[in-house]
Amino acid sequence: MNEPVKLLGSFGSPFTHRAEAALRLKGVAYEFIQEDLGNKSELLLRHNPVHKKVPLLLHGDRAVAESLVIVEYVDEAFQGPPLLPSDPLARAAARFWAQFAVDRCLRTLFKALWTPDGEARRGFVAETKENLALMEAQLEGRRFFGGDEIGYLDIAASGLAWLTVLEELAGVERSMIGEEEFPALCRWRGEYTSHEAVKACLPSRDQIVAFYAGMKERLVLLAKSMQKK
Amino acid sequence: MAEPVKLIGAVGSPFTHRAEAALRLKGVPYELVHEDLDNKSELLLRLNPLNKTVPVLLHGDRAICESLVIVQYVDEAFDGPPLLPTDPYDRATTARFWAHFMEHKCSMPFWMALWSGGERRKGFVEEARENLALLEEHLQVHGKRFLAGDAVGYPDLAGSYIPLMLDMFEELSGTSLMGDDEYPAMRRWVKEYNSDEAVKSCVTNKKQLAAYFRVKKDKYKMMVKAMLKQY
Repeated sequence: MNEPVKLLGSFGSPFTHRAEAALRLKGVAYEFIQEDLGNKSELLLRHNPVHKKVPLLLHGDRAVAESLVIVEYVDEAFQGPPLLPSDPLARAAARFWAQFAVDRCLRTLFKALWTPDGEARRGFVAETKENLALMEAQLEGRRFFGGDEIGYLDIAASGLAWLTVLEELAGVERSMIGEEEFPALCRWRGEYTSHEAVKACLPSRDQIVAFYAGMKERLVLLAKSMQKK
Repeated sequence: MAEPVKLIGAVGSPFTHRAEAALRLKGVPYELVHEDLDNKSELLLRLNPLNKTVPVLLHGDRAICESLVIVQYVDEAFDGPPLLPTDPYDRATTARFWAHFMEHKCSMPFWMALWSGGERRKGFVEEARENLALLEEHLQVHGKRFLAGDAVGYPDLAGSYIPLMLDMFEELSGTSLMGDDEYPAMRRWVKEYNSDEAVKSCVTNKKQLAAYFRVKKDKYKMMVKAMLKQY
């Protein structure tokens, strides 16, 4: 299918990044349409009425929503290097660890970042580090979670790659992903952010700051509401 | 591959049901290893050290955890009727999108509406019904028997807690979540799901789940009460 591909997204959002990384890695030509999240376009609302969120992939007149669903779609609908392995067990492992990365690393990390200093925050940091240690072990000395090349799990966990900028914004003194504790994850981060295909769609520090700057208050409130779940 | 398949699960677990139904639909012979969730076995803790929950699928010596990961594994590792459509777009938009919706948007309000009480319950019931309305629209527009086609598939399994536990609403609170003249497509879907031969033949079927939750209802009510107090 040679129909045009458009990606509605918000540059600076880790969810949008996942979709873009998948397109770049697969070598799919696309047009990026920046959405103003404070003033959502008619196009977005029409094609993603259930969630009204970015990213949203438009392939011809077909709309695909949910960042990781988009990644799997891109993997299946286009030719190019595979993002998921072909062996069912390896696929199950990638999906399992992607869910773990999202629920137990990125989510707790989010709470750790945006909860004000105190016992609760210390708890989230400890929990994040405990879970990151398991991700660290999953790397097993490989370049990427996917092996020699970036795969589904790397893309799912890619939010970890610009953690340092967020930590700066949140006023954290020492990064949660320190070199000593997480040498493999630090190396992975370097590999991921310097990869040819990914580099082209990685937001700059300024773009990440711009995306999050206006949101700090809202993020603190959101972290608070997530606390007891 | 003719290696033995075991499903470690609990009879009262809707998550175990997802995995069991997948095996039945695919036509894979398996042994159900019963777990007592109040007294977890050494085997379970060894195979699923991270989450210590059921279900866990054992295919030969490979262990797969997380119910929806198991469903996809069963679809991909064994021959049999497909649990997801073959077209990439249908896979993404009907199967995976609605499975994600069932798991991440729909399940929490449904669960909270079931076990909570008083004023808080009203909010959860409203949210649950909003989600039902979205599903209703999808079913009506899509026009198929099930969420992604004319056979039970991935998103139906993801949302199977609804057909399995819907009657409990009435049992527990005296009112149904869906009135007799409401959500016709959803009520048809519930009926279709519960009448499916493979689904009905599961050990973790509707009757068993209802029996389990009837016994444990005070425990779940208390759990939810405690959760809500913290807000």
